[in-house]
Amino acid sequence: MLGALVIVFREVVEAGLVVGIVLAATRGITGRSWWVSLGILCGVLGASIVAVFAGAISNAFAGSGQELLNATVLIIAVVSLTWHNVWMAEHGRQLAADMRKVGTEVSEGQKPLAILAVVVFVAVMREGSEVVLFLYGIVVGGTDMGSLLAGGVLGLAAGAALSALSYYGLVALPLRYIFSVTGFLLTLLAAGMAAQAVHFLQLAGVINVFQSRLWDTSWLLSDSSILGRMLHVLIGYDDRPTELQVIAYATTLAIILLLIRMARSERQPRTAS
Amino acid sequence: MRTLIGLFALLIIFAPAANAAEEIAVTIKDHKFSPDEIHVPAKKAVTLKVTNADPTPEEFESHDFDVEKVIAGGQSAIIRLQPLDAGPYRFYGEYHEDTAQGVLVAE
Repeated sequence: MLGALVIVFREVVEAGLVVGIVLAATRGITGRSWWVSLGILCGVLGASIVAVFAGAISNAFAGSGQELLNATVLIIAVVSLTWHNVWMAEHGRQLAADMRKVGTEVSEGQKPLAILAVVVFVAVMREGSEVVLFLYGIVVGGTDMGSLLAGGVLGLAAGAALSALSYYGLVALPLRYIFSVTGFLLTLLAAGMAAQAVHFLQLAGVINVFQSRLWDTSWLLSDSSILGRMLHVLIGYDDRPTELQVIAYATTLAIILLLIRMARSERQPRTAS
Repeated sequence: MRTLIGLFALLIIFAPAANAAEEIAVTIKDHKFSPDEIHVPAKKAVTLKVTNADPTPEEFESHDFDVEKVIAGGQSAIIRLQPLDAGPYRFYGEYHEDTAQGVLVAE
């Protein structure tokens, strides 16, 4: 039962942290619950489909289907996050100002909502498919099913609770900082996902360069520990990254920051403040 | 500059990969690996072919050599290992960690 709890908890937290940041990043925008729910719903649906076709996916592309699928959805999420951050650089200040003025929800920002729903979808689908497969295994295995399922449900609840905590921590921030803080978090999220995508491409054998490990901090913080995993999701922490993972991380970070700067200088050539 | 390095990296990334790696078969049965000790040459790319003979799915995982792969019941999966330094590397089945344990020794 403890094993089931830990596995489900881990996957739920990993997806839940992303959902928490997205919810905080879209605070005060009309219809965000609808979009985020849609993302979660499609994610669960996608996870079930991925789980059902796990065998076929795995065998596709000379046995690299799973890795390539993971890399593809991660790259989609990275592109979405990049787009979102640039959009926010152009419109975020206006959005925050409107929100303060009206003191209520604003209906601008439907575009970033749709884009972030894609990010939620990807996160839930990736982590969810493992939960679905694991639970399926319990049902097929049939041994000690009640206690294992109880563990799974408890893991789900604990994971959801921790994600909710991260959300409330973020929205406790003053409104004027919230977009910059969540924007920063989403940027690191994107960089981390780019590094993960590269890792999957390396596993698939698509990439065979720069694959030596750059450092080893597993003695300090192993990324198989809960904290390590959370940091892995949030900022892309890896205890033994390959050179190419670090390059992908730095490049993604540099590109997003550059695009944000360009978007800002275009929008407001000089501001007095 | 970093962008340039990244672009350059992207270019070589998609160069076709030549893989003539040695293939080693591993079977999962009753949530146990057989063999549960695999010997591979160090500093050489190796391919594992993991067959899951159980009806339930398993996730082949190793933190030591950084692999995570779900294998559906009755299916097999190809796992490509990067060249490893000599030494022992633990792997396990995440869904049945209490029994599915193995070690890969690069030498």
